[in-house]
Amino acid sequence: MPKNESIKKVLVIGSGPIVIGQAAEFDYAGTQACRSLKEEGICVILINSNPATIMTDKEIADKVYIEPLTVPVVEKLIQLEKPDSVLPTLGGQAALNIAMELEESGFLRENNVKLIGTTSLTIKKAEDRLEFKNTMEKIGEPCAPSEVVTTVEDAIAFSNKIGYPVVVRPAYTLGGSGGGIADNEEQLIDICSNGLRLSRVGQCLIERSIAGWKEIEYEVMRDGMGNCITVCNMENLDPVGVHTGDSIVVAPSQTLGDKEYQMLRTSALNIITELNITGGCNVQYALHPDTFEYCVIEVNPRVSRSSALASKATGYPIAKVAAKIALGYTLDEIKNAITGKTYASFEPALDYVVVKIPKWPFDKFIMAKRTLTTQMKATGEVMSICTNFEGALMKAIRSLEQNIYSLDYGNYDQLDIEEIRKQLYLVDDRRLFVIAEAIRRGITLEEIHDITRIDIWFLDKIAILVEMEQELKTKTLDADLLKEAKRLEYPDRVIAQFTGKSMEEIKKLRKQENIIAAYKMVDTCAAEFEASTPYYYSCFGSENEVVNHKQKKKVMVLGSGPIRIGQGIEFDYCSVHSVWALKECGYETIIVNNNPETVSTDFDIADKLYFEPLTPEDVENIVDLEKPDGAVVQFGGQTAIKLTEALLKMGVPIFGTSAADVDAAEDRELFDAILEKCNIPRPAGKTVYTTEEAIKAANDLGYPVLVRPSYVLGGQGMQIAISDEDIIEFMEIINRTVQEHPILVDKYLMGKEVEVDAVCDGEDILIPGIMEHIERAGIHSGDSISVYPTQNVSAKMKEVIVDYTRKLAKSLHVIGLINIQFIVYEEQVYVIEVNPRSSRTVPYISKVTGIPIVDLASRVILGEKIKDLGYEPGLAEESEYIAIKMPVFSFEKLRGADISLGPEMKSTGECLGIAKTFNEALYKAFLGAGINLPKHKKMIFTVKDADKLEAVEAAKRFKALGYEIYATRGTANVFLENGIDVIKVNKIEEESPTLLDLIYGHEIDLVIDTPTNGRDKSRDGFLIRRMSIETGVTCLTSIDTANALLTSLENSNNENLTLINIAEV
Amino acid sequence: MKAYLILEDGNVFTGVSIGAMKEVISEIVFNTSMTGYLEVLTDPSYAGQAVVMTYPLIGNYGVCYEDMESYKAWPDGFIVREISRRASNFRSEDSIETFLKNQNISGIAGIDTRALTKILREKGTMNGMITSNENYNLDEVINKLKEYSPKEVVQKVTCKEKIEYKPEKFIKKVALIDLGTKNNIAKSLVKRGCAVTVYPAATKAEEIIGEKPDGIMLSNGPGDPKECSDIIKEIKKLYDSDIPIFAICLGHQLMALANGGDTHKLKYGHRGANHPVKNLKNNRVYLSSQNHGFVVTEGSIDKQIAEPSFVNVNDGTIEGLHYLGKNIFTVQFHPEACPGPQDSEFLFDEFIHMMEVSK
Repeated sequence: MPKNESIKKVLVIGSGPIVIGQAAEFDYAGTQACRSLKEEGICVILINSNPATIMTDKEIADKVYIEPLTVPVVEKLIQLEKPDSVLPTLGGQAALNIAMELEESGFLRENNVKLIGTTSLTIKKAEDRLEFKNTMEKIGEPCAPSEVVTTVEDAIAFSNKIGYPVVVRPAYTLGGSGGGIADNEEQLIDICSNGLRLSRVGQCLIERSIAGWKEIEYEVMRDGMGNCITVCNMENLDPVGVHTGDSIVVAPSQTLGDKEYQMLRTSALNIITELNITGGCNVQYALHPDTFEYCVIEVNPRVSRSSALASKATGYPIAKVAAKIALGYTLDEIKNAITGKTYASFEPALDYVVVKIPKWPFDKFIMAKRTLTTQMKATGEVMSICTNFEGALMKAIRSLEQNIYSLDYGNYDQLDIEEIRKQLYLVDDRRLFVIAEAIRRGITLEEIHDITRIDIWFLDKIAILVEMEQELKTKTLDADLLKEAKRLEYPDRVIAQFTGKSMEEIKKLRKQENIIAAYKMVDTCAAEFEASTPYYYSCFGSENEVVNHKQKKKVMVLGSGPIRIGQGIEFDYCSVHSVWALKECGYETIIVNNNPETVSTDFDIADKLYFEPLTPEDVENIVDLEKPDGAVVQFGGQTAIKLTEALLKMGVPIFGTSAADVDAAEDRELFDAILEKCNIPRPAGKTVYTTEEAIKAANDLGYPVLVRPSYVLGGQGMQIAISDEDIIEFMEIINRTVQEHPILVDKYLMGKEVEVDAVCDGEDILIPGIMEHIERAGIHSGDSISVYPTQNVSAKMKEVIVDYTRKLAKSLHVIGLINIQFIVYEEQVYVIEVNPRSSRTVPYISKVTGIPIVDLASRVILGEKIKDLGYEPGLAEESEYIAIKMPVFSFEKLRGADISLGPEMKSTGECLGIAKTFNEALYKAFLGAGINLPKHKKMIFTVKDADKLEAVEAAKRFKALGYEIYATRGTANVFLENGIDVIKVNKIEEESPTLLDLIYGHEIDLVIDTPTNGRDKSRDGFLIRRMSIETGVTCLTSIDTANALLTSLENSNNENLTLINIAEV
Repeated sequence: MKAYLILEDGNVFTGVSIGAMKEVISEIVFNTSMTGYLEVLTDPSYAGQAVVMTYPLIGNYGVCYEDMESYKAWPDGFIVREISRRASNFRSEDSIETFLKNQNISGIAGIDTRALTKILREKGTMNGMITSNENYNLDEVINKLKEYSPKEVVQKVTCKEKIEYKPEKFIKKVALIDLGTKNNIAKSLVKRGCAVTVYPAATKAEEIIGEKPDGIMLSNGPGDPKECSDIIKEIKKLYDSDIPIFAICLGHQLMALANGGDTHKLKYGHRGANHPVKNLKNNRVYLSSQNHGFVVTEGSIDKQIAEPSFVNVNDGTIEGLHYLGKNIFTVQFHPEACPGPQDSEFLFDEFIHMMEVSK
């Protein structure tokens, strides 16, 4: 069936800010889909509130609206742009939910707009628990016994009927948010009441627990003619019970025979057919390990995280094909872009193994519960490819950048065998390493299997890796042993460590014996057809397939690895734009990255894609083969920067700012010398190594002070200390990981924080704009609300900022990008941080100023000059639009994590509010972040002493808005003294009703709780914040944020939001 | 122990010996299925060939004897990248290595199967030798390989005497001509209520017609279809008998040859579980299991006699024929799956339906 010609203008809905459970995969899917639609001559209108994405580039769609993803906003946009169709299946759950509401309300029909890619009936059948169950029953597909409940009482009654443990799954939530496994009634009440509140439709599914069964997924495609294929299947190493987003996943399945494989495949095709899906769909199964019994766990009638993984694992571009299907094409009409010969109506055949491991934020949230359950906790993931499972697992482990290079990790040698046995029962992110230790101790695979339910095939593979450890430690390292170790992807550094040799010796021996990495192609067809797609992975003991015929100058771009807090999708945006710019400049581009969720690892971005770990050895293997003329590291975040020294050793020149200058910005003494030379002040500070030195430094400087390790991401480990006790505690935390670099202790100035991104060509600088943070210094810039252009910085201060930026960029010999954070304190500008590389704010500031920063920086590092690129050096003219970047958090997913903001970054994503006025922009930003007030107009105030007077002003404004205020004794007294009518509530440990009872009453809209400086030791504050988050109550921890929210609320009578096409800014 | 795979073009792969230790010469073909190695090994169509599995990990779920597609393994050799040291599946009764030894199949593991597949793809299917003799003389071996050609493979694989299968609830009586049939063909028919009599390939048409079956099924099988001239003559008689006929793979090729069509050898064949075939009647595409080196030449058969009913989406080759004015349809692919997708299983239902309406 050819293209449906009635489709001419399509609205694509994006997925909004990155949160746990909805991450970069939708930028990848959305970008691919938009490009695919444009290729067909369709006019594409895009809405997505997330400015860090590639899909919101003006080049990707015809018109781009970075606006809040709410139903009224999308309705307004439809009325403005009058698309004939809406494509909602590429923006995750967020987009699907909006489409569903638009359809159900009749809005789409009234406006003559059709849904393409799915129907509301399909969404309902797949997403509504009851409808889904009925549909599955109708076609005889088994589901675990379950019942949809709307009250806790019904949940208890049903659970008593089917017996515990039971799984609770709230309807229409992200990443299993609010769900969990309940072993008894008490747990059920807790999980279910929370789940009911979080569900958009107030429904939860109570289900027989099938924990311990094999978890298998199928990615299925179907076209309008009814043709179906499965792109790939995947097996979770972790059995049912751990969310698939938190599981180690392998593609294709390893322990299924053809009978099981085909049984589930046929089932998946029956399901997609019955649901009448046109496009992509993901079906999750639980398969009984000892029978053919299976249950359908879930169906996602859209592209998903799993489909992104399947696309990268097979080379089959699911989102692209889904977009073409939405236009009416059938699978046999769509060319397989990889082979260029065959068609999309086939099933990829893999001749390698793919392993995905999640990246969890437990290094950031040291207090969060590390237990893995049905609620996803990972922020990102890595994928690796190898010709054997062991190798793929080893590559994935080192791709996580946790300083772990093998299964030999953790201080388990201090535990006795009984304690190891106990540890095996713990399902958390360290389970893999515990299993390895258990094998080392001689616990049988059968016993480990009985405890963990992990298939013995996987356990045996882990055992093979453990045996290799032993061989390396005990045997003489001859060529055969080395060959085998490399086949299993043991890195040289680990072989060196186990054999007591140096890495150089290992390398030498390898070269001598010709044990070198070979590169194989991902071609969708196991070499059956010739393919020319330059998508490669490495393995040892094989023939190399990469042809290195050098025609043009060649540049290697190092990607940013897995998405984690502090290093998000922004760096993928920068990497991709850099690749595009370098290509345009006539270079052959090579990208190295390992994140399956991203645009950069799409096979048609760079000239060559190497899907590999980003460690020096892995990169060197590619360098040996490709011999690039240079490498670009400044766009891939800390991951790429960390490779600078290694690249130089390999003889690869770094394009842009030199390594020595990058060091100068991080090295306290060198940096101080530069500041002194430029006559630029910074808050006084010292470098220390020990706790004693730190205490002395703090007392010399005077409290409060900032304590942090150098060379870290997103302020990791950074804390504000107000006492010697704080210093002792923080130093202990910092020193839990071995510090190669000194620790910094700085005087803390509570001024206004200002941030600048600039391009420097060695002579001139270009500052697209100066951004001002709403929150005062002390809250990480990534967690602050950021405003462009500045609203409260005097012209004089701006001049100083521009001057300092120029001086610093030139003194550091920056060629390319630089990001500087300043504090403006009593009309004085201080420098607090300089990063001679791309930053988190680059995509945002590029979009709102219309200045293509990465493109310019990429050209500058190749030697072009700002003046020749058509830009006037200095500070660019301020935009007439105000753009506000709002951080978005995922605290509800991380039980036990403290949500109070501080110098360490905690947000997972961001959204943008853009408007002609500050108030409207702020309103949009809060709306986009999902802070939707008020419902009940009741709020709680509990603030630290230092904030009490400022809180009075805020409270007055809330009162004026009609809020009923509850406050704890101290805060209440101050408010009463200032004539504010408040209701006193008891603290948690006092008698009921207390603060917590109030929160559990579900009538509170907002909690303002400012924690005392230093790591808050009060259990009360912590509990209040956690309970607020877990029951879905907005909780703010800074008076500055509260004031911004007030401004937004005071101006929220904003029926007439103007929608702005970013391409016209 | 070290083993070598020596190809006709002089390429040599060094790996380790698995299974039986005997030296074998065979035609080397590759299969891209990611599951179903036991079904592949026991598919009689592989007689006279050595199979390369492109999926690198083989033996993961062991050997479940009930999944065998015939009573023994047929390939001369089995070529893999890695044999799983530990098999894991609730039905597994043996390891693949033990199975190969018991079945006296020689194999080689530890070689770069992708590099090998690329050679076969680029140069076409060729002969090869698996040996553990490290003192082989390459020139001599190559000469031997060039001379080798498998002969009379159908006779080797077909049953020696009639076999009968009874359904639970009888609907139709089917004669299955065993050209190297996979078990699931008979099973698929029995499941649908057919009493199936399996006949040796050399059975005369008169004998079969005399038994008055409601329908005749021609099975899959190995080798060059043109070698089966005697069988083709009998099939022509079956064609003339007006009994409904459904044919798969070799059966499909022989029916075409019996009606003036021609067959030719593909460069490297279709062997795997992901081949898209399009039904020309309604343009629906199905994923199919395939295993064939020969194909019916397009345009070789008179349009008055038969028309293509299925084509391969990848290379446009004929995947099915519908005989005009006859209750006969034939397919090149394997609706009985095993291994592979069950998408075209409905063809057995169509066969049953055809038998019903022809009465």
